[in-house]
Amino acid sequence: MKFTANIREFFGETGNLAEFTGRFFSIGIKPRFEIKELFNQCYLIGYKSLPLIALTGFIMGLVLTMQLRPSLVTYGVESQLPVMVGIAIVREIGPVITALIFAGKIASSIGAELGSMKVTEQIDAMEVGGTNPFKYLVATRVLATTMMLPVLTVMGDAICLFGAYIGVNIRSVTSFHLFFTQVFHSLSFGDLLPAFTKTFFFGFAIGIVGCYKGYNSTKGTQGVGNSANSAVVLSSVMIFLIDLLAVQFTDILGLN
Amino acid sequence: MEAVIVIEHLYKRFGANVVLNDFSLEVGKEENVVVLGKSGSGKSVLIKCIIGLLRPDSGTIKVFGENIPDLNHEELDRMRTKIGFLFQGNALYDSMTVRENLEFSLRRHWIGFSQQKIDGLVMEALENVGLPHTVEMMPAELSGGMLKRVALARTMILQPEIILYDEPTTGLDPVTAREIDNLILKLQKKYHTSSIIITHDMNCVKNTADRVALLLDGKCYAQGKYDEFERSTDQHIKQFFE
Repeated sequence: MKFTANIREFFGETGNLAEFTGRFFSIGIKPRFEIKELFNQCYLIGYKSLPLIALTGFIMGLVLTMQLRPSLVTYGVESQLPVMVGIAIVREIGPVITALIFAGKIASSIGAELGSMKVTEQIDAMEVGGTNPFKYLVATRVLATTMMLPVLTVMGDAICLFGAYIGVNIRSVTSFHLFFTQVFHSLSFGDLLPAFTKTFFFGFAIGIVGCYKGYNSTKGTQGVGNSANSAVVLSSVMIFLIDLLAVQFTDILGLN
Repeated sequence: MEAVIVIEHLYKRFGANVVLNDFSLEVGKEENVVVLGKSGSGKSVLIKCIIGLLRPDSGTIKVFGENIPDLNHEELDRMRTKIGFLFQGNALYDSMTVRENLEFSLRRHWIGFSQQKIDGLVMEALENVGLPHTVEMMPAELSGGMLKRVALARTMILQPEIILYDEPTTGLDPVTAREIDNLILKLQKKYHTSSIIITHDMNCVKNTADRVALLLDGKCYAQGKYDEFERSTDQHIKQFFE
């Protein structure tokens, strides 16, 4: 009985999220645009996330290189370390780790902020005041996450590669120029394009899930906490699902 | 007296819970109507239907002759410039200063206004409620009474013709509650507004009501002057005075 109820709840929630996404496309991206709020959100969501993305990216690059080295030494291909690290970072680790860190920081923040506004009737007050809260709160945040995550991913990749360069130089000496020449020679258009494209979808998923959870928050402060928590969980799951679909899609296109 | 709000045969239910059941009421120009009722009787639902935050199941809510449930988004936004709404919990934007809270609606409706004009309107609204010094403060820095007065200033800044008050004195001490009552009357006299005040605070009813309507079982059970209500022998009315 409980299992059936859970299944029904799952499909109900999926339907509501799809309807919320449809609402974004039907009214969220039509004039009048909230340009000032969009730039404000880009600053808060993008710029303010950069230190965290940079720190985690640097550590990830460093650790990945240090973990890979022993295996490559065993097979006598230590010189291929920059190539392996470069492909791994640019194709998969960079976009996914950046998106997960971003989801942890931004989806929870959006979920809590909108949830708090919902339970304190600030969203109703906005509507009564003649401002469309969906356009002002949801559309701006979803557009900001969609635009900012690809930028953060490019920066995160660069810092991650720098971390990898430091990692390579812990046990051996490789020049900066040689390291990055090896990395870029190993990468092709087919590596960069799918990896970069999927970050738009990651960003969109994080924004829409965070907003959906916050906008439909209930039950007072407990509801706000639940919104923030479930926004992170659901957006993280969505990232992996999108990643899975992206890899299938690029495989069909022959880009893998 | 010319009616600015005419509600007829209003029905609203949430699942099996029937909240408004054939509710009818009229509000005249420059009249203060207090809707009295127990907690959970549907008072807030009623004014949320009037402002268009909730859609009634059936019935009409005519404001200045236009039926609210029939209006589209643009028409509703235009109508809302004529209707102010004071939320029970104030609903000030807590990430904005008092000035930004007051400017928010102003900038959207009166786009052509210069910054100087907007500043003037903000200060006038705050002076009306006696709080010009709070203009750069955050809502978190204000007391309960101050929050209510700032919320009232925000409600008044578009100079609406109708104001809907959702329990304006709930949670306030008797002295501050009395100040809010006086402020409601002062602003009504100054701007010639019509009001629906939702409350179960009998002091607020006594101080502000031109007419009282009792909401019971989803219907407008009784209407009359405060004195008539006070003298009433009806069991349902008497319990509010005990």
